[in-house]
Amino acid sequence: MADTDPIRVAVLVNGRREEVRTEQDTALLYVLRNHLGLKGTRFGCGLGLCGACLVLIDGRPAYSCDTPMWAVEDREVITVEGLGAPERPHPVAQAIIDGQAAQCGFCISGVVISAAGLLASNDDPSEDEVRAALDRNLCRCGAHNRIVRAVLAAASHLRASRDSD
Amino acid sequence: MATSDEAKAALPFSLLANPRIGDWLRVLPGGLVEVRSGKVELGQGVLTALAQVAAEELDIDVARVRMVAAVTGISPDEGYTSGSMSIQNSGAALRVACAEARAVYLGVAADRWDVPADLLTVQDGTMAAPDGRTTSYWELADDELLDRPATGLAEPKAASGYRIVGTSVPRVDLPDKLAPRPRFVHDVALDGMLYGRVVRPPSRGATLLDVGAEPAMALPGVVAVVRDGSFLGVIAAREEVALRAADLLRADAKWQEEPSLPDEDDLPAFLTSAPAETGVLAESAPPASGPARPAAGSHEATYHRPYLAHAAMGPSSATALARTAPARTALARTAQARTASAGSEAGIRLEVWTHSQGVYLLRRELARTLKLTEDQVRVRHVEGAGCYGHNGADDAAMDAALLALAVPGRPVQVVWSRSDELGWAPYGPAAVVRIAAEVDARGDVLSWQHEIWGNGHVNRPGFARPVGLLAASHRDGGEPIGPAGDPPLERGGGSGRNAVPGYAFPAYRAVSHRLSVMPLRTSSLRSLGGFLNVFAIESFMDELAQAAGRDPVEYRLAQLADPRGRAVIEAVVRRSGWAERSASGSPGSSGSSGSSGSSRSVGHGIGYARYKNSSAYCAVVAEVEAVTEVRVRRLTIAVDAGLVINPDGAENQVEGGAIQATSWTLKERVRFNSLTVTSDTWDSYPILRFSEVPAVEVEFLPGDGNPSLGVGETAQGPTAAAIGNALCDALGVRVRTLPLTEQQILAAMPD
Repeated sequence: MADTDPIRVAVLVNGRREEVRTEQDTALLYVLRNHLGLKGTRFGCGLGLCGACLVLIDGRPAYSCDTPMWAVEDREVITVEGLGAPERPHPVAQAIIDGQAAQCGFCISGVVISAAGLLASNDDPSEDEVRAALDRNLCRCGAHNRIVRAVLAAASHLRASRDSD
Repeated sequence: MATSDEAKAALPFSLLANPRIGDWLRVLPGGLVEVRSGKVELGQGVLTALAQVAAEELDIDVARVRMVAAVTGISPDEGYTSGSMSIQNSGAALRVACAEARAVYLGVAADRWDVPADLLTVQDGTMAAPDGRTTSYWELADDELLDRPATGLAEPKAASGYRIVGTSVPRVDLPDKLAPRPRFVHDVALDGMLYGRVVRPPSRGATLLDVGAEPAMALPGVVAVVRDGSFLGVIAAREEVALRAADLLRADAKWQEEPSLPDEDDLPAFLTSAPAETGVLAESAPPASGPARPAAGSHEATYHRPYLAHAAMGPSSATALARTAPARTALARTAQARTASAGSEAGIRLEVWTHSQGVYLLRRELARTLKLTEDQVRVRHVEGAGCYGHNGADDAAMDAALLALAVPGRPVQVVWSRSDELGWAPYGPAAVVRIAAEVDARGDVLSWQHEIWGNGHVNRPGFARPVGLLAASHRDGGEPIGPAGDPPLERGGGSGRNAVPGYAFPAYRAVSHRLSVMPLRTSSLRSLGGFLNVFAIESFMDELAQAAGRDPVEYRLAQLADPRGRAVIEAVVRRSGWAERSASGSPGSSGSSGSSGSSRSVGHGIGYARYKNSSAYCAVVAEVEAVTEVRVRRLTIAVDAGLVINPDGAENQVEGGAIQATSWTLKERVRFNSLTVTSDTWDSYPILRFSEVPAVEVEFLPGDGNPSLGVGETAQGPTAAAIGNALCDALGVRVRTLPLTEQQILAAMPD
């Protein structure tokens, strides 16, 4: 129980060391969204069951809604904002735009994080592997199949650009 | 040529209600056109489709259109964005308003050059005379030009001349959502904004006896605890503090609870025995003349759906700001601040950011409840997570307003918890449908009786009594939200939606028993009663076909007169390879007797309906695999929606609707005990996941000059029926209770 004044808590987000005033057990999500203004990471359930809040922690997808600040000390957090720039989105985000692979878009940041995590370790996934990797993400609008096609397209794009290097 | 009176009378409905052209669009000198619609983006892509309509009539590139989110006092009032009517209503209004705006600007150029207007051309907003002189909307931009009522005298383009409508223009909102740039209502960040949380009662009908605010107030950063009857909330400087404070209040609050909910395991018995208003929705007697065919048999079956949750990915949210006359000082650190009287003061200005489907109706109901005039309230639409009907958006707006009134001058943002979203937003009503039919010697229907038991489907603010806002019912002196109603069938109906069979039966009768008690609050969820009615009708059609030993497709076509309906069935049959599947001679296929006990586990089924009996036509073929649980492998869908504004967007809507309907059909059921809803997490209210989603193929039939029909809800009922019929084909078991879980399959098996 935190009934004392907030303290300074440091966190490394998208390559920058940030300091915020909050409690040690505050969920990372609120620090990202409110203290740091990174609104791409979204609140969906608060229990790590829907994937809307996913970020990469040391390269692995993790739920920011139930990750307390003390658990991310000395670890590297990458949010969806850290994966690309508005003008140059991450290949998965670009493939989602190209394929119009969303409806409301509320789940899509978490989807991009999951897919980016997958493609970082496997740049030639099968459709089943993509679906398995995205099973931690819920989508209510029914954009699933378009999203899967977009992730496969992004993988193919990534391989092509790697081969041409 | 139409007279001006005739032309005016023929104006689209939304334009008659909001006749000033300048309310619909505004030409900006910088080369852009601001377009305002009263319809709002729900994740369905409607703003993109409406931008296409506007760009088409104005002869400008669609990239020049800026769609303005609906806001009271500025946008046209088009009621709710619901019922798949946005393209039909707002699209029609924009078409005429933009055609007229184009004519107005052409008229100015024509006068200036002294050239007849009909000799001028427009290309991407640049107007040219035959002699080569040019000007543009942007050069002539002047708001006063459009400060006039629509006359209906400017002829919109013929569909054959369309260049933008009918093409797959990319969604205007997706780049922001992928960049990402803040765009959701949850992302609203105002100077000095505080964070509010509401502590909902632990059960339905619970009343708050006592709460100690001190532990919550002791948290650094807590600004106020707000109590008004059984409405309990807290406001803090940081969101994480608001969450902790809400937990403390929840732990400390003393409630008086009473059981009020029916037995969830015997829900059909409750629905068919609860007090209800009975009415005949529609009936048609057999023609008096001609020899009547003798009845050779009769058949009856009863179907059931549970309550369904909207279950949007983002919980409901709103931000509100109450401003008072400057003399008034803000309350700070005031325990038990009360809101009851706050609103009645003159001089208050309330501004609300919300994902409501109807900004004007919400404004009216907020004003009425808070004893403000409508002029004192401004409601702004900001996009929320996907909206599939009357969810918690309006309730969250009321929450934010009540909290904001306790801290004038400071914006307050409210975000619902997942538990509140799944537990307190309105539900799509549970219902029972019983169908009875008499058939002739061939098995064709002679008479058809369709009876529905359940709550109404419309309980939105403005329609609900006394007030359709959750927090209003919890406040001091608040009354429970009354039972939901149903619009008449001519306006699409509610529980009776699609209850009138689309087939050419000689006689039919549809009866509704709308409950006059409402244990769980119900309201509109995508396709309303159409989901269960079509599931029931189309399941029953398969049962009749099977009893007559006929193929389900042949059986339907033999009794379907509407050529557009026949065409979607024929299209889906072609595309899905239905004939090959029948020709394979596999046992247990529809039409043969169910071979229960066979090891066959793959089945095919069809479902068809014209949504609302007046909107888009849709036929679905499902391929399912059933072992211990049902897995839908493939959905093939054919749709006739008339003129499709944006083919890719429409396909996305139909596919999404079908996948959501698959989720409802296979998995979803609101769970509850005698006190309250217990399915309040994604574990207890599971929805379809990526690995469970079927392959989906959608084919649109050519528009053939028919007007546009909404597509967002058309696949719901046919998908459920196709899955149920495919399941029966696979296992030989007719499951009439949704969802089609292992438990229901076992329960439906013959002893």
